Amino acid sequence: MRPLHPVSPGLRTVLGFSFFMLFVAFWAWITFGGHVNRIFLADPLSMLRDGWRLLVEDRFWLDILITIWRVFGGFVLASIVAVPIGIAMGAWKPVEAFLEPFVSFARYLPASAFIPLLILWAGIGELEKLLVIFVGSVFQIILIVAFKVGSTRRDLVEAAYTLGSTNNGIVRRVILPANAPEIAETLRLVLGWAWTYVIVAELIGSSSGIGYMIINSQSRLATGQIIFGIIVIGLIGLLSDFAFKALNRWLFPWSLA
Amino acid sequence: MSKLLIEGVSRTFAGVRGGQPVRALMPVDLSVAANDFITILGPSGCGKSTLLRIVAGLEAASEGRVLLDGKPVTRPGPDRGMVFQSYTLFPWLTVAQNIAFSLRERGMAESERNGIVASYVDLVGLKGFENHWPKQLSGGMQQRTAIARALANDPEILLLDEPFGALDNQTRGLMQELLLGIWERRKKTVLFVTHDIEEAIFMASRVIVMSARPGRIKSDVAIDLPHPRHYTLKTSPEFSALKARLTEDIRVEAMRTAEVQPAEA
Repeated sequence: MRPLHPVSPGLRTVLGFSFFMLFVAFWAWITFGGHVNRIFLADPLSMLRDGWRLLVEDRFWLDILITIWRVFGGFVLASIVAVPIGIAMGAWKPVEAFLEPFVSFARYLPASAFIPLLILWAGIGELEKLLVIFVGSVFQIILIVAFKVGSTRRDLVEAAYTLGSTNNGIVRRVILPANAPEIAETLRLVLGWAWTYVIVAELIGSSSGIGYMIINSQSRLATGQIIFGIIVIGLIGLLSDFAFKALNRWLFPWSLA
Repeated sequence: MSKLLIEGVSRTFAGVRGGQPVRALMPVDLSVAANDFITILGPSGCGKSTLLRIVAGLEAASEGRVLLDGKPVTRPGPDRGMVFQSYTLFPWLTVAQNIAFSLRERGMAESERNGIVASYVDLVGLKGFENHWPKQLSGGMQQRTAIARALANDPEILLLDEPFGALDNQTRGLMQELLLGIWERRKKTVLFVTHDIEEAIFMASRVIVMSARPGRIKSDVAIDLPHPRHYTLKTSPEFSALKARLTEDIRVEAMRTAEVQPAEA
């Protein structure tokens, strides 16, 4: 195979799908073939049956909706706070010198470790779930946005100065538009991580959501349901990723032209 | 009175890791008359770009000062338009929006901008490409847009830092004719940095030759070739004589930069 040689769109789709098929085939082989204990791993068909029952009888789709709402709620809150701070840090070096050490420290505080504290402060309601995602995302977004903004092409900034831009003009007319696609890309990445935090938040002290269903199924050894829940998370992640990519393409056609 | 006055401008860079400071530019004095087309010719690393950036206000002089219309330059401003060697069009703006950038920064109304933008699109021959993104343009077209963008603001002086350095030879020749044609019609004070001897002579009313690092002015040659200039001028005897003279000047400097000794004749 020639290195770095592009693959045709048709072949790309076929290859992408075939790994999914291989994965499911392997899973079917170890479960139907009796190579693993059914108590610990359900086969693909029971998983589908359990999933269908969950959706139809147990109204699992309500759990799905509430989880999606938590992810987006926490994520939007974190973005609203983090993006302006990140831009300010990237653009103005004193702001960066002031905040960067603390944010770098805070980024390593695991969101999951905050859950007991957040439950004490905010109870086990929706606010606590949103805060877990907020804590998990906000520092990451700040740092990445600050880094991207800080590496704005200097020659574009210089060109704008020779065209009469003021300091504020540089931020509004150069730094913001130049980095908008990168910032959107950062948000897409962090949204993926937010899905991890929401499930962790729902595993502890929760009475609804995909994570709650998963921890609930564990006590009943319903591995089919657990796997179905995990697959649903994966599918939603895939869909939101597609949507985010399409949105970025539509918003920033110049970066792909 | 001269349009631009450079008085004893020098530049020294601080030493890296406690090393000796590096002198990039010896004190330079230069007086530029209004509507002169000056090319600054020198081997790479001679500080000619540094000098231009000091005039633009993008870098500070270590000593000396630059006066434009008698006013000292302290920072970059719209009175000194600049075209860079790297492609510096704003990638998120179309050709027309790039050209309109400085007018918009000035707060000019869109209706008023449109007429000016159209005339500059026409001037650099980009009709039909107004709504293209920079990424969709060839290097030559991008630099034409950059020239139009700098000119649309009607600056007092146009500074060009090897603007055609990244272009292929044929495109470069066409761009030289285009820029010179604009200058012949519209008259503008121009400071043009290049390491290409032919380019320096063809464009200029005056060539400033700079020595190898640390840079200083080695010679100052008036180019009295008639205007309008046509590319065939490059093969005329007068042109060849000037070229021979400057080639000798610059060769000595290039060898000093490369630290090689001339072979004994």
